[in-house]
Amino acid sequence: MSSNAVTATEPLIRCDSVYKIFGDNAKSMLENSGGVVDASKFQLAGCIVGVNNASFEVHAGELLIIMGLSGSGKSTLLRCISRLTDATAGNIYIEGEDILSMSNKQLIELRRSKMGMVFQNFALLPHKTVVENIAFPLQVKGISTQDSIQRAKEMVDLVSLTGRENYFPRQLSGGQQQRVGIARSLAIEPDIWFLDEPFSALDPLIRKEMQDEFLRLQGVLSKTILFVTHDFEEALRLADRIAIMKDGVIEQLDTPANIVLNPATEYVRKFTEEVPREKVLKIESVMDPYNADEDVSELKVSKDAIIETVAEAVLNAGKPVPVVDEENNIVGLLHASRVVNVLFGSHADHSAELTP
Amino acid sequence: MIAALQQHKYLQFTVLLIVFLLLCAIITPSENNWLWRLPPLIKGLPLIINDSVDYIMFEWWLIDVYDPEIEEYEQKPLMNQFTRSISGVILFLIEFVREIMLGGVKTIVTFTGWDWATENQWARWPALPWTVVAGAAAILGYALSGPRLALFVGLAFVYIAVFGQWEPSMETLSFVLIAAPVSVFLGLMLGVWAFRNRVAEMILNPLLNVAQIMPHFSYLIPVMVFFGIGDHAGAIATVIFATPPMVRLTILGLKKLPPEVTEAGMMSGCNNWQLLIKVLIPTARRDILIGVNQVIMQCLAMVVIASLIGAKGLGNDLLIALNQLRIGLALEIGVCIVLIAIVLDRLSLAWANKQTDYFADLSFAQRHKYSLIFGVVFVIGIVLAIIGSFVFKEGFNYLYLIPHNKGITTETFWQAGVDWIWDTFFYTLKSFNEWFIVEVLVPVKTAYLSMPVAATFLLAMGTGFIVGGMRVALYVGGFLLFIALTEWWDRALITAYLMTVAVLISTTIGIVVGTLCAQHPVSTRFILTVCDTFQTFPSFIYLIPVMMLFGVTDTSVLIAIVVYATVPAMRYTVEGLLSVPESLHEAGSMSGVNRLQRWMFIELPMSFPHLALGVNQTVVFALSMVIIGALIGTDDLGQLILKSLSDRAGVGNGLILGLCVAFIGLAIDQILRTWANQRKQALGLD
Repeated sequence: MSSNAVTATEPLIRCDSVYKIFGDNAKSMLENSGGVVDASKFQLAGCIVGVNNASFEVHAGELLIIMGLSGSGKSTLLRCISRLTDATAGNIYIEGEDILSMSNKQLIELRRSKMGMVFQNFALLPHKTVVENIAFPLQVKGISTQDSIQRAKEMVDLVSLTGRENYFPRQLSGGQQQRVGIARSLAIEPDIWFLDEPFSALDPLIRKEMQDEFLRLQGVLSKTILFVTHDFEEALRLADRIAIMKDGVIEQLDTPANIVLNPATEYVRKFTEEVPREKVLKIESVMDPYNADEDVSELKVSKDAIIETVAEAVLNAGKPVPVVDEENNIVGLLHASRVVNVLFGSHADHSAELTP
Repeated sequence: MIAALQQHKYLQFTVLLIVFLLLCAIITPSENNWLWRLPPLIKGLPLIINDSVDYIMFEWWLIDVYDPEIEEYEQKPLMNQFTRSISGVILFLIEFVREIMLGGVKTIVTFTGWDWATENQWARWPALPWTVVAGAAAILGYALSGPRLALFVGLAFVYIAVFGQWEPSMETLSFVLIAAPVSVFLGLMLGVWAFRNRVAEMILNPLLNVAQIMPHFSYLIPVMVFFGIGDHAGAIATVIFATPPMVRLTILGLKKLPPEVTEAGMMSGCNNWQLLIKVLIPTARRDILIGVNQVIMQCLAMVVIASLIGAKGLGNDLLIALNQLRIGLALEIGVCIVLIAIVLDRLSLAWANKQTDYFADLSFAQRHKYSLIFGVVFVIGIVLAIIGSFVFKEGFNYLYLIPHNKGITTETFWQAGVDWIWDTFFYTLKSFNEWFIVEVLVPVKTAYLSMPVAATFLLAMGTGFIVGGMRVALYVGGFLLFIALTEWWDRALITAYLMTVAVLISTTIGIVVGTLCAQHPVSTRFILTVCDTFQTFPSFIYLIPVMMLFGVTDTSVLIAIVVYATVPAMRYTVEGLLSVPESLHEAGSMSGVNRLQRWMFIELPMSFPHLALGVNQTVVFALSMVIIGALIGTDDLGQLILKSLSDRAGVGNGLILGLCVAFIGLAIDQILRTWANQRKQALGLD
């Protein structure tokens, strides 16, 4: 899950000023507005603004989460990128190809080879069993029944549903159904994986379990992922980067730590207020520069460790703790006071203190 | 006063009723008084229709056709050739299926010609012994579902054979086996088209509305003119009649699908065709299967009616048996029709629900087990038939084909039963019959006929206005105006009177029985099963027992209508009451309601939209049965439609009469549906 692995190459997904406006005369209104879209003005004319000037890039292997409350346009944006709906204006490139100008045939080809999607309410085919559902994308592609079922059985094992191959969706629990949905979306080995609020319809305990499962899968598969959710904690837990949307506009797009530490707008700040930072922040974001003169402890911590996991050890160390990177080079020092601050300090003046 | 009027609909309705009665009293009955009866301005419409049909059929767009008889090209009208080729194809298909079951020579003739067939007497297609057909059906039942279905299907066929109805049953079956798939296919296509295309939906919707309320008979006449008489005409009329519900339910099912399903299909890489065939239709199959079920029911319901234009089979026999008042025979034939309906329904349902097992590692014998068993059954059946030809040297080979009416029959038993009922209850039945006719039916009929047209319009449009505003009032007015301008207003009033009385009785029974049964889960399940069973019966069947009891009178018709039309009233009541959410029951209980209060203040208002739709269905059912009642003998629109069947230029009359019936239904439908929708919105049920 390293976000800066392939920055030099063309991003896998690139959105350029994407607009999606619902309504009969959306297109002409948008042209007249010159790119500055005022949602309330459009609403008076009977148009609803779904996505308002979204521009961003997603790199191969990156997990971008689109976060927002209901009606913020996050699902619409996802559907524009998968072209389940056509964007009203703007360009969307996948591997450098403009998908808005693709013919239906090209689009089907793209979906058959490169895209997979998981849906909030699972959207399993009720008349097909677990394996049949998973084999479905393979079968529409024209792969023989025998091969596709074979592959589907492997996927069943991957999502730990072994033994339930012949169940119908209605015979499964919500969590199990979503496992089927995940297996189906991965059956064709897509490069890009879309997840539209995949765990929102599940109970909290199951949701946690599914998030772990998701992280495990991503650890194995390293897909490029666009993940939509309305759950900020889920976003913080899973994302490489988070795009926070409100009324169709992307308010902020940054790493979880930066969003928590430096919310760009008031709206984003409200979300971050209640977040337990020790669970989100990595050591890296609170460490001080390394000073060779200081007396340091024997203990070393990784710069990528979450504060919560090492807090007790650091506080017990009694001396500043050296922070190391993947190659075990010391890159900074962690003072206990910083950790105490994160754990117990009031959130409001926290950010002020932490900004260098 | 004015404010109160605006507030309270009951008050408005009372005022309306008073004005209506006043008008009734004031307006004098006279031929020239337009307020009494409108002049029949569109009297000529049937003639115009007749002429246009004649023109299209025999004069429009002449094309050159090669006639092999005179070896020359001849000018023939396109439409005629077109319908003739359709007839030919359908007739061939029906004959083909029929001859597989019953044997014959026509299929061979189609490919060789009569001359060849006459010269080669050996070239006859032998019938399958009935044992083989019954066995094959049972195997099919087993393969699709399991031993229970196999047993049922097998027994059904044995019954048919043993009771000597094999030949007409197979004739009927062959015709249904062609008509039903065609209807399902057409319905699916049209439904999908309407789902994909807004304009198509806008065109189809009103057509479907009319088609569903048009009486069965009215389809027969145009079909007869365009396609002639015979099995194919019956099949075509059946297709026209059975397709609309299929279209309706297909649209309904597809519209109900969550968008995510479509999206999941698209993201799985489906092209349009795959999306439709593999995702949308199977996912919507619950409703689509109800459509298939409807199609099969309609096909069987049309069996009797199609026999009026020459379809062979059970329908024809049933009609004859009814005309000869042979109740026992009619009953046995009726059971055959019902059995075929249930068998086809269950088999199609099992087929749609069948699943494949990909994991079993099967040997050749296992994989082809059903074909192999069929092979065995086939051989055994033929051997039995050959043995039979030695055993039953004289007369009929009961192991090959049991000839018509040569099986066992319980007719004498039933006839004795009818006689016994007549002997025992003659006076009771007769006095009830007389009382009912004299005290109830005749006064209501007279009252209906003495309504001035202006008063009727006021009442109907006023009700429409109170319920749904100007729009509904105009719709209702338009429908009535059409009827009033034909020369059949009085007949329409008679139809309306029969329908009203029947609907009142049906709704009362339906709501009372439905409510009582909904009080307990066991009785609920029981009543729903009863409704299911009754809905499987073609409407005709209801005529048999009532004629048994009341002979050929209006009472018989009315009772048949009531029995037939109570089913939807009952079903919708039960379903409406069941749809009341549990939390409301709990809230009611905690507020301390007793049973009656619960029903009055919680269940009834909450299930009102359901009830209104139930009444709507009751109206539709009643109307269709009123028209079928014409076969017993009534003097309403139905009777005229029946008459125009035997009229050479009956197309126009039949069509306009049919529209009149349909418009009565649509006017009521308009009011009830608007009302139901308003309540639904008010209750937040939408």
